[in-house]
Amino acid sequence: MQELIVNLLLIVAAALAAVLRVMGQKPSSGMTRKQKTMLWRILAASVLLLALQLLGTQAFAQLGAAGRWVRLACYAADYLIIGYDILRKAGRGIRNGQIFDENFLMALATLGALALAVYENGDYLEAIAVMLFYQVGEWFQSYAVGRSRRNISELMDIRPDYANVERDGVLEQADPDEVAVGTVIVVKPGEKVPIDGCVTEGSSTLNTAALTGESLPREVHEGDAVISGCINMTGLLKIRTTKEFGESTVSKILDLVENASSRKSHSEAFISRFAKIYTPAVCIAAAVLAILPSLVTLALGQPPAWETWLYRALTFLVASCPCALVISIPLSFFAGIGGASKAGVLVKGSNYLETLSKTKIMVFDKTGTLTQGVFEVNGIHHSGMENARLVEYAALAESSSTHPISKSLLRAYGKPVDRTRVTDVQEISGNGVTATVDGCRVAAGNGKLMERLGLPYIPCHSVGTIIHVAIDGKYMGHIVISDRVKPHAAEAVRALRAAGIRKTVMLTGDARRVAEQVAGELGVDEVYSELLPAGKVEKVEALLSEKPEKARLAFVGDGINDAPVLRRADIGIAMGAMGSDAAIEAADVVLMDDDPLKIAKAIRISRKCLRIVYQNIAAAIGIKLICLVLVALGLANMWLAVFADVGVMILAVLNAIRALFVKKL
Amino acid sequence: MKKTYRIEVDCANCANKMEDAACKIEGVQAATVNFMTQKMIVEFHEGQEPASVMAGVRKACKKIEPDCEIYL
Repeated sequence: MQELIVNLLLIVAAALAAVLRVMGQKPSSGMTRKQKTMLWRILAASVLLLALQLLGTQAFAQLGAAGRWVRLACYAADYLIIGYDILRKAGRGIRNGQIFDENFLMALATLGALALAVYENGDYLEAIAVMLFYQVGEWFQSYAVGRSRRNISELMDIRPDYANVERDGVLEQADPDEVAVGTVIVVKPGEKVPIDGCVTEGSSTLNTAALTGESLPREVHEGDAVISGCINMTGLLKIRTTKEFGESTVSKILDLVENASSRKSHSEAFISRFAKIYTPAVCIAAAVLAILPSLVTLALGQPPAWETWLYRALTFLVASCPCALVISIPLSFFAGIGGASKAGVLVKGSNYLETLSKTKIMVFDKTGTLTQGVFEVNGIHHSGMENARLVEYAALAESSSTHPISKSLLRAYGKPVDRTRVTDVQEISGNGVTATVDGCRVAAGNGKLMERLGLPYIPCHSVGTIIHVAIDGKYMGHIVISDRVKPHAAEAVRALRAAGIRKTVMLTGDARRVAEQVAGELGVDEVYSELLPAGKVEKVEALLSEKPEKARLAFVGDGINDAPVLRRADIGIAMGAMGSDAAIEAADVVLMDDDPLKIAKAIRISRKCLRIVYQNIAAAIGIKLICLVLVALGLANMWLAVFADVGVMILAVLNAIRALFVKKL
Repeated sequence: MKKTYRIEVDCANCANKMEDAACKIEGVQAATVNFMTQKMIVEFHEGQEPASVMAGVRKACKKIEPDCEIYL
C-alpha cells in the first residue's frame, strides 16, 4: 500500500516538473535559470527513483554478491542528482563556520538515513524521497516568493517609462531622468504624467488613482500645476517641468515605498533572532534524542534501540527547518505596505505599520484635517425666500468687496456676476454692505448693521461669521459662513472607534467656541483649543505620558505647521500629501488625499497585516512544535516531517499574500 | 555617503546573513538588505571609496551565500 502511494507521489512529482518545465519556456513565467535547472533535476531524479522502485530488490539480488553494491550505486547516483547542491552548501557552511543552517540539517538527516539503510541493506527510498520532496518544496517556495515579490512590485509600479519631448518639431521619447527643468513635455491621453510641472497648453482630466487609490477625476487647465503619477484621461497636455524627475512626486513616492521594507519591525527582528538560536537548539535536541533514551534503557538493563532513536533524531532534524517563518513575515509586511500604497496610504516602514496597528489614541489637528480650512457658506437660516435667491442677493451686494467673506458668498452663488444689476453700493466698515440689486434695497452684514438700520434680527446659535440679510427693509434671514467640516469627518471618527481607537482628541489654535462646536458635531472625545504650535507639542507630550504602556498615540495633521508634533507622536500621519514635500518628509504615514476616512482605513490595513503576521508566526511555530513532539514520540516518520515543512511554508506564503488585498477593508 | 545596489538572493534568511556580513566590512557604516525589492543599501564611512569597499562586501557575501550576486 505504502509503496503504491510513494510511486504515485513520484509520478505526480515527475509530471509536475515536466509540465512546469514546459511552462517555464514562456518568458512571462518569470522563472530564473536556477529554477529551470532545478526542474530538470527533479524530473530526472523522480523518474530514476521510480524506475529503481519498479525494478525492485529481486533484480539486484540476481547479480549475486555484487548486487547489493550495484543497487547502492544506483540509489547514490539518484541521491546526488537531487541533492548535490545541498551537500555542497552544507560543506561550505561548515568550512565558513556557518554550521547550523537548513542545508546542514537536510544533509545530516538524509545522509544519516542513507547510512542506516546501507547498514541494514534496506530501504534507500526514504532518504532520497525526503531530499526530493524537500527540493520540490524549496522550488515552490522560491517560485512563489519570486512571483509574489514581482506581483507586489508591479502593483506599486507607477514609474513612468518615458517622457515625450519635442525636438525640432518631432516628438521623441526621452528617459525622464534626462529631462531638464523647464523643458516642455507632451502628455497624450492615456499616458502618465512623468514629471511634476505646470500646464502651458491644453486642458484635460487627470486620474489620480495611482496616487490616491481613489479614481477621482481632476480637471486641469492652462496654468495649473500637475503632479507626476497622474494619468492623463482626455486631452493633450503640454507641460513645462518644474522639477527634475528625481525630485518629482512619483520618484519620491516610489523611493519611499521601496525603502519601506528596509525598516524592520519588531516582529521581523524577533524572527531573525529566533532563527539564530532556533537551529542550534534543534540540533542539540536531536543529539539528545539520539543518545539519551538508549542510554536510559541501557542503564535500566534493557537492550537499547539505537537505530530507532537515531532515525527519530534524524526525522526531528528534517521537521525543524524554519523556512516558513523566515520567509513569510517580511513577505506579509511587504504585501501590507504594497496594499496600503495601492489604497493611497504610504507607510514608511514595517515598523510604522506595526505601530499603527497598536494605536489606541488618535490626536487630530482641526484645520485642514477634520475641516477643510477654507471658509464656505455652511448654512442658511430663517430664510424668508428661496435659499439660493438669498445667497444671490447677498453675493451681488457684496460683489465689489474683496473681503474673504464676500469671496465665499460668490463661490456659493457659483455663477458669473452681472455687475450691471448692482448699483449704489455702500460699504459700511465693520458692519457690512448696502446696495441696490435689481431695484431692491439689500443690506447684508453683521448684527451691528441690522441694529444700525433699526431692523429686528434673529441672532444665530451657529459658530462662524453670520451675515444677516435684509431686503427692502425686511429681515430675510442669515447666512452662516464658517470653516466647513469635511464631508466624511464624523463618519471617520465613528469608523476609527469601530476600528478600535479608544480615545480621540482634537487640538486647534482656533477659538474655544468654534472648537467645541466642531468637536461636538464630530463626536470627538476631548478638545483642546486656542493652542499655539508649541502648545500642541506640550499637549501631545502630556497625552503620551498619561497613556497606558502598550497603547500608541498617533497624530494626524496636514503637514503644515505641525511637523514638530508629527515627529513627537508615536506615529505621525500627514494627509493631503499630493505634491506637498513637507508632509512627506515629516510624517511616518502619508495619506495621499485629504479624506479623513483614510485614517481608519490605514488602521484597518495595519491591523489586517499584523493579524496575518501573528497568524503566520503562531501557525509556523505551532505546527513545527507539534511535529517535533510527534516525531520524538515516534508517531511521525520522515515523510510527514517533509510534508509538514513544505505545507506550512506554502500556507504561510499564501496567507502573506492576503495582506495585499485591502480594497474591501 | 549612501548607495543602493541591485542584488540577487533567493531566501530571506540568506538576505539577513548578507546584511550581517556586509556590516562587518571595514568602511561600511551601515548596510540594509531589502529582500523584497532585491536591493542592498550601503552607507559608507566618510572618505571611503565605495568601489573598493564593495569588492570586500561582495566577497564576504559570496563566502556565506555562494548563490547570491551583487551587481556593482
